[in-house]
Amino acid sequence: MNKAIVAAVTVRVLRQLRRDRRTAAMLLVLPCVLITLLWWVYDGQELVFDRVGAPLLAVFPFIVMFLVTSVTTLSERTSGTLERLLAMPMGKLDFLAGYALAFGAVAIVQGLLTTSLALFVLGLDVAGPAWVLAAVAMLDGVLGTTLGLFVSAFARTEFQAVQFMPAFVLPQLLVCGLLLPRDQLPDALRVASDLLPLSYAVDAMQQVSMHAEWTTDLGRDVVVLVGFIGGALLLGAATLRRRTP
Amino acid sequence: MMNTSSSGRSTAGVAVQVQDLVVVRGRRTVLPGLSCTLRRGAITGLLGPSGCGKSTLIRSIVGVQQVDSGRVEVLGQPAGSATLRSQIGYVTQEASVYDNLSVRDNVAFFSRVLGVPVSDEDRVIEQVGLADHGGSLAGQLSGGQRSRVSLAVALLGEPPLLVLDEPTVGLDPVLRVELWRLFADLAAAGATILVSSHAMDEAARCDDLILMRSGEILAAGTPAQLCDAAGAQDIESVFLKLVRARGEAA
Repeated sequence: MNKAIVAAVTVRVLRQLRRDRRTAAMLLVLPCVLITLLWWVYDGQELVFDRVGAPLLAVFPFIVMFLVTSVTTLSERTSGTLERLLAMPMGKLDFLAGYALAFGAVAIVQGLLTTSLALFVLGLDVAGPAWVLAAVAMLDGVLGTTLGLFVSAFARTEFQAVQFMPAFVLPQLLVCGLLLPRDQLPDALRVASDLLPLSYAVDAMQQVSMHAEWTTDLGRDVVVLVGFIGGALLLGAATLRRRTP
Repeated sequence: MMNTSSSGRSTAGVAVQVQDLVVVRGRRTVLPGLSCTLRRGAITGLLGPSGCGKSTLIRSIVGVQQVDSGRVEVLGQPAGSATLRSQIGYVTQEASVYDNLSVRDNVAFFSRVLGVPVSDEDRVIEQVGLADHGGSLAGQLSGGQRSRVSLAVALLGEPPLLVLDEPTVGLDPVLRVELWRLFADLAAAGATILVSSHAMDEAARCDDLILMRSGEILAAGTPAQLCDAAGAQDIESVFLKLVRARGEAA
């Protein structure tokens, strides 16, 4: 990998985001609005808010980052800029790492904003330390980013990219343990949920909210999430072709 | 060092050599077996109606087109080689730049990817006549201005080979003349330039011409050679005569 090229991509993506106010707001403000809305929905039922609040802190950044990244990289593919870059001395991993770093930085800011809001303003009560909650939220944002990069290869238009949201994310949401603990799911669905990344993101948040100290389950969740991030990056690199039909 | 091709012909003065190139896209054979050469330091015009395979040939030379068979050699290397990536300036038909970045930010980004000196950024913006628009967003420029941003990016690092797909479409005549003057300067400085166009009146500004139709080369040579051979006054007439001659032969 070429550090200068990775940095160039990162700076350029962040610069584009700064120009695009609406997307920036979607990335930073929307998750805060959603978590506030959730708090309002459970007005007077603090225990329920405590139970679902932390897992949703994992889900919101995942969804938002997935959506924005898949559409952004797709437009890079359709506008011809990707072809131009790949005709230049740009490594495929340079390109993906540049994107992952830029959106990863956004995910960090987003994670800090949503967790601080939830913990210090909305009174979310978790047993574990706040920094672990924030760190896992960021990891989930990065996961959404890398998966978004990968799936953008399978859409030809922005309209198709948006369709991955209901097709790829909503099923995960149903079986990830948010609606029903995963060990109570029918066997086939439990196996399916074992294979899906969002299950580990939600479980990690549940671990933090229930246990004051680091647990082995939390360690496993983090390792699996990092594995999914790396795997999605490598799969994404495999979908970038210098020669196209 | 003397470069020699498999046919034994000297290739020292040849920048690009295409031999029996076959490209099939979907079920359509776009190039059924095309051969041509580009002279080093010359401006070669690739002329033909849209849909005749110009862009496919160009993409094959740049090394971004999947080819089915044949050989494409660029600056002594197989097309698509990693070492060629910093030696070809490529302008695609649609301006491949970021609409939500300014002209200067676009050029700066690509110059960092190419690793060329920062001083080069102002030079290329100046060369395409956009010095007054450095701060404007690319998406807010006119079509002709956007394609000049794309051209500026291709000029970064003074590549020895410039491959330009319809770079003068939609430009006003004054600008067109200026760009052709720029191409002539670059060629005089040693660059090899391939320019595609469907406007036959641009032929006179090229050193060499390749006339294309339906994936095949009708004729190649200097404008004067082509006119003499066909007994015609201008390239448009040459083109028509060649097409008619083929029609009668078939």
